[in-house]
Order: sequence, then C-alpha cells, then structure tokens
Amino acid sequence: MQEVLRFRSLDAEAVAHEDFVEEARQFRRNPDAPSRGLSLTIRGLRKSFGDNEVLRGIDLHIPAGQSVAIVGRSGCGKSTLLRLIAGLEKPTAGSISFGEQARAEDIRVMFQEPRLLPWARVLSNVEVGLGRERSSADAQARAEKALVEVGLGEKRGQWPSVLSGGQKQRVALARALVSQPRVLAFDEPLGALDALTRISMQRLLERVWRDQGFTAILVTHDVSEAVALADRVLVIENGRIAHDLNVDIARPRERGSAELAALEGAILKNLLEGTEDTSDDL
Amino acid sequence: MSLIDSLPRVRAPRLPRADGLIPWIVPLAIILIWQLACVTGFVPARVLPAPTDVALAGWKLLLSGELIRNIWVSFWRASIGFLIGGGIGFAFGLANGLSQLSAKLTDTTLQMVRNIPHLALIPLVILWFGIDESAKLFLVALGVFFPIYLNTLHGIRTVDPQLIEMGRIYGMTDGELFRRVIFPGALPSIFVGLRFALGIMWLTLIVAETIAASSGLGYMAMQAREFMLIDVVVLSILIYALLGKLADSASRALERLTLSWHPAFQKH
Repeated sequence: MQEVLRFRSLDAEAVAHEDFVEEARQFRRNPDAPSRGLSLTIRGLRKSFGDNEVLRGIDLHIPAGQSVAIVGRSGCGKSTLLRLIAGLEKPTAGSISFGEQARAEDIRVMFQEPRLLPWARVLSNVEVGLGRERSSADAQARAEKALVEVGLGEKRGQWPSVLSGGQKQRVALARALVSQPRVLAFDEPLGALDALTRISMQRLLERVWRDQGFTAILVTHDVSEAVALADRVLVIENGRIAHDLNVDIARPRERGSAELAALEGAILKNLLEGTEDTSDDL
Repeated sequence: MSLIDSLPRVRAPRLPRADGLIPWIVPLAIILIWQLACVTGFVPARVLPAPTDVALAGWKLLLSGELIRNIWVSFWRASIGFLIGGGIGFAFGLANGLSQLSAKLTDTTLQMVRNIPHLALIPLVILWFGIDESAKLFLVALGVFFPIYLNTLHGIRTVDPQLIEMGRIYGMTDGELFRRVIFPGALPSIFVGLRFALGIMWLTLIVAETIAASSGLGYMAMQAREFMLIDVVVLSILIYALLGKLADSASRALERLTLSWHPAFQKH
C-alpha cells in the first residue's frame, strides 16, 4: 500500500482513496448511461503451474463498463490473469465472479493471433463468434453487421489468407463482437501489428468499446497503448497488483499529448524502479 | 524520347495459349525418338517393338474386348482394395489422432507391422487365399492402409492447438470442433497420404497380378510373355503408366476442389 501511495503522488490528477472500488466507479465510461457490461470481482486469486506460482493473491473489482489495462513485464502473470478471467484456466485458489450470471457468449477473448479458420470465408469466421446462437435465423445478418462495424463489409466472401495482418485482426474483433459480449478480454491484440495499423486499431477498439459499453480488459506490454485506451491501469509485478491507477484524461484522447506522455513516463519509471526493489521486498 | 525508351524491351517469350500441352512435350518426344529408333533398325523389334506396333496390338486387343475386360478387372480390384485399406487406415488415423487411449493401445503395433514390406506377404497370402480375388484385395488394402493411416494421424496431431482452443471458447461441441476445425486442418496431410497410397495401390496390384491371377492387366502381361508377345507386354506397361497418371490427376482435382482456401491453390 505504501508503494501505491508513493506512486499516486506522481500523478497530479489522481487523489488517494481508501476504497479502490469506490474510486474506480467515478471513472466509469459514461456515468449517465447504464452500461451493458458486467462488473467483475476477484478475491484472493492464485494460480500455480507446478511449483511456479504465477499469481500470488489478486484482489480486484472492475465496475461494469470500465476499460482496464493490465501492464507489466513479460512473465509477470498478466496474461495468466486474463486467461483466468476468460475461463481458459482454472484458479488454484480464490474466486472470480461476475456481477450477474454470465452466459458463455457474454465473455469473449481476442488474442494476439487472429486465430481465424483458414478454410472458412471471412463471414463464416465471424459467425463462429455467435456460439450456440450460430444456427439462429438471423446469424448471417448479425455477422454481416459486425463485419461492417469493423469496416470490412466488402471482404465477407474472401479467404482469410488474402487479408493483411490488420484486417485479420479486425475480423477477429468482429467475431468477438458478434455475440454482443458484456466482457471483452484482449490479450496483446495489437502486438503483432505495425505502428500505423496499431494506431488505427486502437481507435477502432476505443470506438466499439464506447458504442457497445462492454467491460474491457486489455493486457498489453505497451504502456502508451494502456494510457491511451484505458480508464484504469493496473501494474502487475511478481504476480501481484503493484499499482492501481486511474487515467483521468478526457476522451477522445489526443495521441502524443503532454498529459498522456507524462502519465506514461510515470508508469514506465515506476515499472523500472519497481523491478529493482522487488528483490528486497520478497 | 529518352535512351531507356528506345532500348528494346526484354520480354519472356510468349507461350502458345495451350499451356496444358507443355507437360506432354517430353513424353511425345520420347515416343517420336523411340519410333525413329525402331524404324531405322537401331533397336531390334524383338527387344522393343515400335510404338506403332504397340498401338496396333492395343487396337486388336480392344476389338476382341480382352483389353477392356482386363483393365476393368484391374480397376475394380484397385478401387475395392483401396476403399477397404484406405477406409480402415483413415478410421485408425482418426481414432489415434483424437484419442490418447486408442493411440497408446494400437499405434506401437501398427508401427511394427508397417516395417514389414507388404509384398513379402505374397507367399503367405497365396497359401491363405489361393489366387482368389481376396488375395489381391488383401494385398492392395494392406499396402494402402499405412500411408493413409500415418498421414491422417499426422494431420490431426498437427492441427493448430490455438485454433482448437478458439473453437472451444466459442462454444463448439466436439462434433462441430471436428467438422469445422480438426478435419479441415488435417485435410492437406490426408491428401499427401492419398497420393502416396494411389502409387502403392498400382504397384501392389501389378505385382500381385503378375504372380497370382487369371485376369487383369498384370495377368495379360504375363500371358503375353509366355507367348513372346513383346508388343502386348509393352502395352501393359504403358497402360499402367496412364492409369497411375489418371489416379494422380483425380486426386489433384479433388485436392484443388476441397483446399481452395489454401494459399497454394489460389490464383491458378
């Protein structure tokens, strides 16, 4: 806690609060409109692979509709946390609960790789995202709508192999969005893209998040991406949440603005310092 | 008018429209040289008859109905043997690719049996089945089994696990996962096995028919040898080449049809 408070002082905008739940609520996407998203509460979450304890007790509340970025060095456990939230792994201890009963279609994940079926046309790849509703009568119409939303309406009949990396990732996004999820987890979704494509994808992600109001959890190693997209940045070090920081900067955020740069610098500085102290802390 | 514009342009020579004919240039040239060698007496007719003589022998056999009957018998044996062996190989490939238990139970045994050359079983097969149809079918099925089995198994094992995870996340049932992810992913490898198997199918059949048969192309060739009809022997060999090519073309066409998503089969 000492560590968190010291870090807070670096950010002139942030005010220290006793209760992180209360604090997080203030920075919800749009306080007037009720969000479609699900809230998420994690208590005492631990995960070990064999003798290797990757997550060492995570307590976290994410209010409905918030966008949270999880940053940290590689191997800090951020991807594991995301896989646990998405239900791809089972926790060793602790619990993850959603605000309401969640259907399988309510929680979707987008990975660094598009993971499209190469033998299915773009539109049928998007239809995969409907899950159990795939056989419904309006499946095709919904898939087409999702494709249009990511700006690839005209590519519906193409094979994935002819698309560029960015386009494939947009198809993967359409597939994740088509079931209108209430929690969308992103695991380094832009990690494999070039700089310009990244920026346009970031804008697209921000737009669909604002339009659809899902709860967004973004794992990234790119701190500038985290502060540009998220309401809140969690820094994970050695399997614990080391810092929990609100990004109180109005949207749309201007890339390269002094505010974003200052915040990014502060987080990076802390990440670097943090890893130097940790050997003593543990 | 710059200097560069005035230079003659380097262009690839324009090929005639019929690109499909190019693969046939070499076989046709060989036949032509062969004919010349025979006509000039460079090669004696009792060593190798001229292509025209072979064609004449083929025409005679065609008129008597013997050729069609023998081709049909061989074709039938090849297909049935292929379907049986290929079907069993495919089933084992699926089972062992999808189930750890099944793989543990049978894979080692199958790998041991694989190392026996199936043609080495001919004496045993003749003792078991005589020179009955079942002897030929058994040998063809056995020969075809392994390439299909191995490549189906390999194809299923090498399906991208990230795609399988994706399928599970999106709520695919086991059946859907197989139909939409695993089988299409294994298909390119299954086709490799199919083309190997087609080669082995003809090879096995020829050997089996020359040793123990009373009909079929191999039998026709052996009979001709008895009567020193060298033109019929050469004809049989050429027909084998054609049938093999036909089977390969058919599997390629099937491949192109089902793998149209694959980058290797696009824009051709």
